[in-house]
Amino acid sequence: MAKVLSFLTATRGKGRLHWTDWVSYGYLIFGVFLMFGPVVWLLLSSFKTPNELDRFPPRFLPYAQETLVVDGYDEPLLAFVVTEGELEGQTVGQTRRAAGRSEVVSPSNPTERVRLTTDQLEPIEGIAFATENYTQLFERFNFLKFFWNSTFITVTATVLMLLFNSMAAFALSKYEFRGRTTVLLLVIGTLMIPQTVVLVPLFLIVTELGMFNSLWGVIIPGAATPTGVFLLRQYMITIPDEILDAARMDKASEWKIFWRIILPLSAPAIAVLAILAIMWRWNDFLWPLIVLTRTENFTLQLALNSFQGELQTDWPSLLAMTVLTLLPIAAVFMFLQKYIATGIASTGGK
Amino acid sequence: MKKTHLLTTALAAGLGVAAGAAMSQEIRFMCYSDGNECEVYDDLLTRFEAENDGVDVIVDVVPYQAILENLPVQLAAGTGPDLAKVTDLGGLNEFYLDLTPYVDTGYWDASFGETLNWYRNGDRQGYYGMHSQLTITGPFVNATLFEQAGVDMPGAGASWDDWATATRAVTEATDADFPMAMDRSGHRVAGPAVSYGAKYFDADGNGSFEGFDAFAEAFVGWNEDGTMARDVWASQGGSTYADAAQEFINGEVVFYYSGSWQVGRMDEQVGDFFDWQVVGSPCGPAGACSGMPGGAGVVGFEQTEHPEVVAALIDFLAQEEIYAEAAARTKNLPAHLGVASAGVEFQDASPAAQAALNGFAGALPDVSPIAFAYQGYAGNRAMFGITVERLSQAIVGELSVGDAMMRASSDLEAAMAEAD
Amino acid sequence: MLKILTPMMRIIEVPMLALQRKIGINRLAWAFLLPNLVLFGLFAFLPVILNVFYAMTGGDNVLLADRPDVGARNFAQLLDCSNHFDPNSCREDKFWRAVWNTIWFVVLQVGFMVGFALLTALILNRDIRARGFFRSVFFFPVLLSPVVVALVWKWILQREGVLNAFLDWTGAGGINWLVDAQWAFGWSVFISVWAHMGFYTLILLAGLQAIPRDVYDAALMDRASAWRTFRRITLPLLSPTMLVVLILALIKGVQTFDEIYAFTGGGPGTATTFIIQYIYERGFAGAPRLFGLAAAASLLVAGVLVVLTLVQLRISKENADG
Repeated sequence: MAKVLSFLTATRGKGRLHWTDWVSYGYLIFGVFLMFGPVVWLLLSSFKTPNELDRFPPRFLPYAQETLVVDGYDEPLLAFVVTEGELEGQTVGQTRRAAGRSEVVSPSNPTERVRLTTDQLEPIEGIAFATENYTQLFERFNFLKFFWNSTFITVTATVLMLLFNSMAAFALSKYEFRGRTTVLLLVIGTLMIPQTVVLVPLFLIVTELGMFNSLWGVIIPGAATPTGVFLLRQYMITIPDEILDAARMDKASEWKIFWRIILPLSAPAIAVLAILAIMWRWNDFLWPLIVLTRTENFTLQLALNSFQGELQTDWPSLLAMTVLTLLPIAAVFMFLQKYIATGIASTGGK
Repeated sequence: MKKTHLLTTALAAGLGVAAGAAMSQEIRFMCYSDGNECEVYDDLLTRFEAENDGVDVIVDVVPYQAILENLPVQLAAGTGPDLAKVTDLGGLNEFYLDLTPYVDTGYWDASFGETLNWYRNGDRQGYYGMHSQLTITGPFVNATLFEQAGVDMPGAGASWDDWATATRAVTEATDADFPMAMDRSGHRVAGPAVSYGAKYFDADGNGSFEGFDAFAEAFVGWNEDGTMARDVWASQGGSTYADAAQEFINGEVVFYYSGSWQVGRMDEQVGDFFDWQVVGSPCGPAGACSGMPGGAGVVGFEQTEHPEVVAALIDFLAQEEIYAEAAARTKNLPAHLGVASAGVEFQDASPAAQAALNGFAGALPDVSPIAFAYQGYAGNRAMFGITVERLSQAIVGELSVGDAMMRASSDLEAAMAEAD
Repeated sequence: MLKILTPMMRIIEVPMLALQRKIGINRLAWAFLLPNLVLFGLFAFLPVILNVFYAMTGGDNVLLADRPDVGARNFAQLLDCSNHFDPNSCREDKFWRAVWNTIWFVVLQVGFMVGFALLTALILNRDIRARGFFRSVFFFPVLLSPVVVALVWKWILQREGVLNAFLDWTGAGGINWLVDAQWAFGWSVFISVWAHMGFYTLILLAGLQAIPRDVYDAALMDRASAWRTFRRITLPLLSPTMLVVLILALIKGVQTFDEIYAFTGGGPGTATTFIIQYIYERGFAGAPRLFGLAAAASLLVAGVLVVLTLVQLRISKENADG
């Protein structure tokens, strides 16, 4: 109890809760519901059977109809409660059903079959997690291979992207040189054309370069992003020039200034960009779909979407796969997000 | 003389390949699944690999989107697979490998008949595709709801209006929400539209929306007066596909116009909830009672390095016993006439599903020749898309039915001008 | 990680230092830019240039060599309208419907997004408990792929979805959200804000963290009011970050596609069809593939975006100077 109290009151370094704190917490808790609720829904849905997924109105937890083992029947029977008539209130197992009538047996009297109409029966249901949605995935295909491909692409592309983008951002924010504005405008200009639109020319270029059906065909084109350059450049501008000048006085090389001073000071922005880069590459779908056609090169997203046919979609597998692909990236985010907080403010920069 | 020379070089080349690098014949089969097709093919093809030393067939299971959107671009750039399961049958014709020199065309003609035409286009009239998955559109009916309402189900030869009246009566008497529903797809409306007098072709054999108005008028009317579940068509945009299977499975729709591929899902998910059955496509004022055939097939591509292996592989899948096994295991209607006439014992299918599949197969003779020709028309994908987009706009009230039909015709004209 | 990076950086330092001695500090900037510019050139500029050629050619062939030259016909076809405010009077009515939808969408979406992102960032920047947790919560939707976002919300909003089940239970009665054009549009804005707000919140948060504490301490000493501190210190110091956010939000807003496409498919009718969907359907998903028309439309959009961005940059510069 004391803990709760101290949690609620420890704000702004003072003893009492200011009204703005109440508003803040209210907003945040509302945010938890709004932002997290749908994700929880997704998680629970991934444990549902196809029947339960298609059900109207939807239910929060996964349910399945319970079954009864009755003497004399090899298979378990679907369990019902009789709602009216002689057997009212009894639990029965259904043996046969046709045209609105069903034949049931009571476990206590397995030899006597009773005919009832279906509206006299109420199915008995219990919470049941359809874990087979997950286990099936591992049986059906080479999950680890896809996981490895996705990881390799994501890690390599992210490292390259952070390095290249921060180098470019450093040049664009801390140097005065002819053509700087032009380059900056070109960078912003490339932001204007989304990849969706240039898919075909981009595909032809990548094929020409011999990167079709190679993981590098996904990694290299993604390694330079205008968003990244722009984001880092705007952040690096706020780093005071005096720090650089002082370092230059000490005869530090420009490269050393870049990786010993600029990079650490840009940690919050780089952390943001790292999260984004990882997320982009990990969730990337349209581009890998056209570059990678061979199963051994597939990423998780491609494998996930192969549950979508022309006319049928295997929802349970797709949802389970979605949750599995979400987990690693969520973990990475949990890890990286703390670096965002330790920015210039706390590392002593001015 | 020339012929023997060619033969010997071909033999020498073949031997050279076989002797030099036994494992070099890697065949890539790009496949998508509507259920378990790719798994089954992968399994069947291990037998082909066993018979053909040094051939390694790899089945790449891709999302359907890759087949529809990316495969054509890859083929144009020369980076396509060796063979694939495709649905744009006539549209990709220019890339197909002609199997004529490699297969027994007499057997193919006798076995696949009309469907061979679906893969042909213009002056390319060879043997290209093996239709592996025949579908036909038709209605699923919730028989339990009819029984509860005490309404007699319209019999064979009933018209769309008869069904509309009957299902409305059922909906009023029961908990059901919608009398009818139809998938949001240009392919699905094609059969009914033909029954209402759509011609789909002009005098020169080019695509046209002539005669489509009558169905458009009726269909938009049903959506407005609540006969059709408006959600299916109105809650989506573009040419996006949407089905109403979920509503039917939940017992909310009395009459659901979809197709044979839904049988497996109905069988699995409706279970004991209610009784459902398949009836023939209702008839229209133009006299026809047509559904629409469709499906997917396996084709080889000209750019493959091993045309003889690819052809042999497709021919292997086309053999009667292999085809029959594939059809039984994937619960697809056979396009192979020999397999069809012998009948297929579908694997793990309940009596209801078996009856439904037989019902669909039995509706094939009712399919109008226009529908058959339309399915084989290379420009049909463009027409399906236009139908959905413009009809939807009429349903949600963005355009009047007349304007929508005018727009559809001008869209088609523009599309044909560009595609030439 | 650092163990690998440090030696790597040391190795790169050798040639960079030699280069620095040779060409001087300021021209070294080009060395820093080089890797990025090469990749940009190949994978960003070159496709755009190819796109220009696509825009000037017709037919449905993929390879440029097979495509007949049509000059500006594609542009003319897009712009052919008797009244640009009425899509029904245009030859490419779908293009103009998409244009008007996109304009309304961007105005609403960018406004709400930046507003809520700033509010959230300010709250998360306070000394609150469990800050990391709350920060994660707000960012979480960004991690979801667009298809998943669309899927989840579709379940919630469909005719007998979670929201209507809840409304029924409260007695308010459900609404068929996705069949009504206005509601579908409103929800599209909401979902797009929901899915991307975390990204901008995080950028703004990083910007807020960069504002030195002592500036606030000085303000506290001067007994400045909270509002005044915000107006006079936070906002001006945040302005470079704010500029990033505004520009990115605007550009990404205009480019909104995947999640809405998976959510409504652009419907009902064309109520939520935005410009990129039009381009995608014309050039890629539809039949026949009209790459030329799609490329022309994408260049028009890019042109408009360039102008808007320049205006934004100019305004921010004037603010900074004035």
